[in-house]
Amino acid sequence: MFETLSLSCLQQYWWVIISLLGALLVFLMFVQGGQTLLYTLGKTEAERKILINSLGRKWEFTFTTLVTFGGAFFASFPLFYSTSFGGAYWVWMAILFCFILQAVAYEFRSKPNNFLGHRTYEIFLFINGALGTILIGAAVSTFFTGSQFIVNKLSLTELTNPVISRWQGGAHGLEAVLNWQNVALGLAVFFLARILGILYFINTVSDKNIMGRTKKHLLINAVPFLVFFLAYVFALVLGKGFAVDPVNGTIFMEDYKYLHNLIQMPIVLILFVIGVLAVLLGIIRPLVNFEKCGSKGIWISGIGTILTVFSLLLLAGFNNTSYYPSTSDLQSSLTIHNSSSSHYTLTAMSYVSLLIPFVLAYIWYAWRSINNKKIDAAEMESDSHAY
Amino acid sequence: MTDTIDLSMVDWSRAQFALTAIYHWLFVPLTLGLSFIVAIMETIWVKTGNPEWKKITKFWMTLFGINFAIGVATGIILEFQFGTNWSNYSWFVGDIFGAPLAIEGIMAFFLESTFIAVMFFGWNKVSKGFHLTASWLTAIGANLSALWILVANAWMQYPTGMKFNPDNARNEMANFWDVLFSPVAVNKFLHTISSGYVTAAVFVIGISAWFLLKNRNVDSAKRSILVGAIFGLITAIFLVITGDGSAYNMAQKQPMKLAAMEGLYKGTSPNGLIVFGIHSGDKKVEDGTGGINVKLEIPRLLSLLGYRNGNAFVPGIEDILKGGFKPEFQNVPPLEVDKAFSAEEKIARGKLAIAALGDYKRARQTGDIAATNKADSSLKVNFPYFGYGYLNSPDSIIPNVPLTFYSFRIMVYLGGFFILLFIFTLYYARKQTLETKRWFLWLLLWSIPLVYIAGQAGWIVTEVGRQPWVIQDLLPTVAAVSMIDATSVQITFWLFAVLFTALLIAEVMIMTRQIKIGPKDGGTN
Ligand code: HDD
Ligand code: HEM
Ligand code: HEM
Repeated sequence: MFETLSLSCLQQYWWVIISLLGALLVFLMFVQGGQTLLYTLGKTEAERKILINSLGRKWEFTFTTLVTFGGAFFASFPLFYSTSFGGAYWVWMAILFCFILQAVAYEFRSKPNNFLGHRTYEIFLFINGALGTILIGAAVSTFFTGSQFIVNKLSLTELTNPVISRWQGGAHGLEAVLNWQNVALGLAVFFLARILGILYFINTVSDKNIMGRTKKHLLINAVPFLVFFLAYVFALVLGKGFAVDPVNGTIFMEDYKYLHNLIQMPIVLILFVIGVLAVLLGIIRPLVNFEKCGSKGIWISGIGTILTVFSLLLLAGFNNTSYYPSTSDLQSSLTIHNSSSSHYTLTAMSYVSLLIPFVLAYIWYAWRSINNKKIDAAEMESDSHAY
Repeated sequence: MTDTIDLSMVDWSRAQFALTAIYHWLFVPLTLGLSFIVAIMETIWVKTGNPEWKKITKFWMTLFGINFAIGVATGIILEFQFGTNWSNYSWFVGDIFGAPLAIEGIMAFFLESTFIAVMFFGWNKVSKGFHLTASWLTAIGANLSALWILVANAWMQYPTGMKFNPDNARNEMANFWDVLFSPVAVNKFLHTISSGYVTAAVFVIGISAWFLLKNRNVDSAKRSILVGAIFGLITAIFLVITGDGSAYNMAQKQPMKLAAMEGLYKGTSPNGLIVFGIHSGDKKVEDGTGGINVKLEIPRLLSLLGYRNGNAFVPGIEDILKGGFKPEFQNVPPLEVDKAFSAEEKIARGKLAIAALGDYKRARQTGDIAATNKADSSLKVNFPYFGYGYLNSPDSIIPNVPLTFYSFRIMVYLGGFFILLFIFTLYYARKQTLETKRWFLWLLLWSIPLVYIAGQAGWIVTEVGRQPWVIQDLLPTVAAVSMIDATSVQITFWLFAVLFTALLIAEVMIMTRQIKIGPKDGGTN
């Protein structure tokens, strides 16, 4: 069935999947957000143990989603993979280091004789939570603000230097922090992850002392999130964007490009607005009426996060837009049409994508089967595999 | 642009990839095998209801979890390194190579990470049956992830199911099934997972032997040894069979690797197999004579194993450089009919192919159809040697011979050794004399490092033996890299070295402590 679709359709289908995976990833970063709050919300060892264990049952999903996001991006848009990862070397390396630290921290932290001491592993979790979210947010922001690279496929014929994607300047991605927009999105994602982390704790943890602290910190994180996020969105819709001429593929700057995209793709606009409102609703309800509405917040804000990020990524790739623009050489910018895999590969991968609903279904089933009751101090005592 | 690639950057990138792959491979084989052993033990528990088995299952599962965490930590870096350090590679073959990586994530990693959570946290939350299913699904997930990454690796050794698209300047997938079911992929998968099974079997037996030496947990240890030895014996035999299959594939697809692995400089017809040999360190190709000084050789065996024909001619390194012999296998049927090309000829053809690509693109831009067609046909004819065009001297197609030669021998000796080890273990266990054979128990314990050495040696044969190719004949390492400065790669290399070593130390310390604690009562939970 996918064979019959045009290349352009498959490219769009895969951009939707990539956007969806990216959106899920940002939502699942509640784990990272939670990791930055261990000492804020947990004042005793016992309390921190509860917090860590409630996150510890979920961290693998965030991690695996990141890995799959990378793999799927590679398979569907290989030119992005080779240009961005090989170019913005330091940003991606830093992100990877953060995630290496995380992967061992849960399992090793509370085991006896763990060489580095449990404090070190908690620091690992904090680094992953803080740096991981900020860097991923900043990296996504370059989808709108651009990076410095040149792509020239003819380079392959240069015998002494056949590399086709070349980054300009020696900072290899670190220069992204010089752009305030990138920093703003990074911080917005960081505070959002913390908000989601708190909402997740409210949903899964049953401990009076911890709960007593959540409300205050929800508010403390909501304010900077809103400031950074709204600043970013305003700069985005009011600024220039990277447009593609659909006839000849030429890239040019267009005023209000992303605003135009929102208007020309009303569905995306609707998703975006619903998403933002849902995020806010999930935050406000527990603030107003904690007892009654608290534990649903993670779902409402979570779905809101997914919709918001999903629509932002659609904004970057659809409607004749370059999703990975080059500020060094406009014509090197990547679009979903000039950077994708072949028709054959996208078709094969599309069949594989049919597995995704099954994967989601069994994840859902398995989650429910081990999470049907809130985590409390008593469980920590009795569980033979507590972190 | 006139700048040239910095060769020290290439070397640092290679070193970094090798370092991280070697670390990953310290943990993966145990995951592959122990997941099945744990699932088997749990099955016995469910079938017999004997709580002793539950206790054993939980003990090995704890060790599995510790190992798994660090396996995951080292894996993520490998995947992204294709982009960060091998970006030209990622473009050149991303259309084919990306797919297995993505499928791995969707199909295998989620399966593994979902059910591992049930396995660890589900003991008193889900039913016995569901828990057992989760354990089996974790094992299947782990082995599926090995499948897809090995398909990817096999494709680099033997690129198939694809064609070059000059418009995009990249290789594109032409047949998914050819990629998945290539003989190299199938065999590599079977050989590698069985090496993981043997690793886990030796691990389980070795640790259990330690319990017997300390006279602790004797009952659990004996049960574990039985499961481990039976599992190990079956899979070790399979390992040798598939190892032979690997060498057979290599003879056809990567004759240079085979020659290096055998230390074979000059081929004869028929060729013997060197059982034991010492490589003469200063061997140069021009010397003319064979490169192995002291040797014990079985006549005809190499011809027989490599070509299933006792009289076959096996080309040596010199033969491959000089060409002119009649190849037993036709890798590239339209061209090499009677006699193999020399390395020089291949380099010349590679340069023609690369130049033709440039001509093609320029002719397309100017719309010159005749020139486009001419360039296209030159490209088609010479494409099988595309990668040679980036090389300058014929010598550069020779891998590190001594390293490949010795690594291969270490692996094969150990393969034989493990079979004997499992047989004797079963024999003594049956005769109930295992506890009294203290020297044998020590041997079992000290076999644990040996099995890791065998696995690493196997990868050294595979990866060092195929140098300078990242993709056999199509892309050499120098042309596969990203444009980063050598210092950056050097820094990340050392960061990885320090971090992974620290984590390895932590893992080993935690693991030994958990082993000393031993199996705890399975209890009700
Ligand atoms: C416990 C580990 C272990 C043991 C005992 C053996 N192997 Fe092995 N071998 C591996 C673990 C391994 C491996 C790590 O799984 C490799 C690396 C890459 C691969 O495909 O499998 C490998 C590669 C490998 C290769 C290179 C394949 C290639 O380059 O594509 C050959 C020819 C053999 N093996 C042959 C053998 C033979 C004839 C053995 C006889 C006893 C043997 N191996 C035992
Ligand atoms: C360069 C090649 C490789 C890459 C890019 C790679 C990638 C990865 C990644 C990203 C993970 C973490 C997955 C997660 O999120 O759970 C992982 C884990 C794993 N990989 Fe690899 N891998 C490579 C080589 C191998 C090989 C050769 C095998 C087996 C034959 C293997 C088998 C596994 C298994 C079983 C796991 C599960 C976790 C564990 O190691 O304990 N990998 N790999
Ligand atoms: C996990 C087990 C593996 C080990 C121990 C291993 C080992 C090595 C070693 C030692 C090198 C360096 C060779 C040299 O520079 O002379 C290397 C290079 C490399 N290997 Fe592997 N490898 C493993 C798995 C894989 C897999 C599964 C893949 C691909 C899917 C892969 C792809 C590469 C690449 C791209 C390079 C760099 C280019 C090169 O130097 O050839 N490796 N590996």
